[in-house]
Amino acid sequence: MFINILFYILSGAGITLSVIAIALPVGLVLGVLLSLVRVYGGKLFSGLAAVYSTIMRGIPHVVLLFILFFVLAGTINLSPLLAGAVSLAIISSGYQLEIFRGAIQSIGGGQMMAARALGMTKLKAIRYIILPQALRVAIPSWSNEVASIIKDSSLVYALGVPEILRRAQFMSASTYQPFIAYGIAAVLYFIMTFLAGRLLDKLETKTKIPCLQLEK
Amino acid sequence: MTKPIIEVKNLKKVYGGREILKNIALTVNEGDTVVIIGPSGTGKSTFLRCLNLLTYPDSGEIWLDGKLINAPGVNQDEVRQHYGMVFQDFLLFNHLTALGNVMIGLTKVKGLNQETAKEKAMKELRHVGMQDHIDQYPGQLSGGQKQRVAIARALAMDPRVILFDEPTSALDPELIGEVLGVMKKLALEGMTMVCVTHEMGFAREVADRIVFMEGGVVVEEGNPNEMFYHPKVQRTKEFLWKITELYASSEKK
Amino acid sequence: MIEFVNFFIKYFPDLYQGALITIRITAVGLGLGFVLGLPAALLRVYGGKYFRWLAVAYVELFRGTPVLVQLFVIYFGLPDLGVTFSRLTAAYIALGLNSGAYQAEYFRGAIQAIGSGQMMAARSLGMNRLRAIRYIILPQALRLVIPSWTNEPISLMKASSVAFLIAVPDLMTKGKLVAARTYDPIASYICVAIIYIVMVFIMTGFVQFVEKKVRVPGFEMEELRV
Repeated sequence: MFINILFYILSGAGITLSVIAIALPVGLVLGVLLSLVRVYGGKLFSGLAAVYSTIMRGIPHVVLLFILFFVLAGTINLSPLLAGAVSLAIISSGYQLEIFRGAIQSIGGGQMMAARALGMTKLKAIRYIILPQALRVAIPSWSNEVASIIKDSSLVYALGVPEILRRAQFMSASTYQPFIAYGIAAVLYFIMTFLAGRLLDKLETKTKIPCLQLEK
Repeated sequence: MTKPIIEVKNLKKVYGGREILKNIALTVNEGDTVVIIGPSGTGKSTFLRCLNLLTYPDSGEIWLDGKLINAPGVNQDEVRQHYGMVFQDFLLFNHLTALGNVMIGLTKVKGLNQETAKEKAMKELRHVGMQDHIDQYPGQLSGGQKQRVAIARALAMDPRVILFDEPTSALDPELIGEVLGVMKKLALEGMTMVCVTHEMGFAREVADRIVFMEGGVVVEEGNPNEMFYHPKVQRTKEFLWKITELYASSEKK
Repeated sequence: MIEFVNFFIKYFPDLYQGALITIRITAVGLGLGFVLGLPAALLRVYGGKYFRWLAVAYVELFRGTPVLVQLFVIYFGLPDLGVTFSRLTAAYIALGLNSGAYQAEYFRGAIQAIGSGQMMAARSLGMNRLRAIRYIILPQALRLVIPSWTNEPISLMKASSVAFLIAVPDLMTKGKLVAARTYDPIASYICVAIIYIVMVFIMTGFVQFVEKKVRVPGFEMEELRV
């Protein structure tokens, strides 16, 4: 009985992982690009990015998820899974914008100045000097955000996507064992966030810049 | 007949409502070592950064090798390749080794291939005496070592002029010597240099010309002998000798 | 645009009721979280092996699982074991437990930033650990933690929205009802979003005001992002 419940819920893990596999990279790319706009864009674009970040971070994720889902599903006709994943990516990009902005600013304006003194264009300087450092410095904070995305994936439950939580609910209803069902779901999520955290710790150690001194 | 590499006329720069540079004129000839001195906060660094257009002047003319570089439409990035700059805070790229720091301008700006870039980089690192530290990261180097790598980085680009912005001000006293030594060597080899510094000993020994700047204008300029022993302006005399007193102790070392 | 404004005005009274519940849930959750989080942090830093392990387990568990799942376990799962809660109570408990875990990390950061030196100095005066914590460590830690802790009420208010999935009559639930009535989900949820963001704005303003008032120059900690 327990095994049945376990396997049924586990089959939802694939869906959960696909949602995360879409939301994470899309959110990352969006977040980094927006952070560059925020730091290096002119007053107008930087301001727009700031507004974007405020909105994404000031509204509950469920609310944003619903709004984005209805907009996306209505206009482009995406499946709930895709729409949900993309919505999560958009929400996360608001937070990632801030994470990378902080990282870029902690690297400091001096690095940009030195790069330009060599004759690099701003773009080259960003690509070869600023980003390599900022991305490494951002790993600890980004690791928190990854955990957030993994946990937020449970929200797509509300969109009917047959991921872990949805399956747990089905099990709970059909077997009258809600505690076991939801307990298993909780454990699965915990394992995912735990593993992600470990992986990112490893990444941080591997890519660490020796004796890095940062501007405050 | 030495030809001027840099000619500056009527340079003005305003920052936050204040006129930092009021009306600067300067000529730097090929092979010259020009040392700019003066009280802190009087625009010396700003002037230096105007030369390589890191800071854009509000009015005036800057001529490099006969070309007006602060004209509209000039490719500023390209201009900066002709200058080398060494900063007070070193500003080495933290994520690259010493070798990497010197190579990156060659590979990513000048577009050289890895081998050629590495050869040139090694040559310059040897030039400054840092050949044994090529695989170390900036965080692992002392201040003097960092600054020497910074000089190598600037040299690797084969600049027409190297700009030094208080290169020893952030160094522990014992480490100043190694950096000044490299700078002296470059000057003797005929490198054109413009240095902002407080190191009077260096100025006296190595400079072809000393420029005293205060309040955004050039108060006086001349060769070291004139400036130190026969200054025309009272203020020059005051400043030079007060500073010399303070730094006399580090000279004795 | 004008249609939207009319829409907003028409349904605002309903939504407003929900907003009040949201505020209530946030406040209770925050308080509960404080009561759980501070001791957890203290146990983590000063406790013996078993207490420390307990605190770590609590924090890792509630930070490592989604709040929605926690809510479901408490509201749907516990009755299985004989413990039943009303919707609202379940929301209070789940959010309180969740918030407590995050607050514990904020407090831990502040306590550790104070440094072992302070404890050492206190004990050298003859204080036992408890007194030292009460009179020396906590007064400093609670001041130090304010800038980072103030992220929590805002975080919690946003998290509280998941309670709509167990039909707690909060702002999100009301939003869903309006959406069902009007067949216009986008407009409905945008109204909900606007109200949330206004509440967040007000809270942020209040929080910044408090931070300014309480700040001691020179006594600051690098802001923890938990």
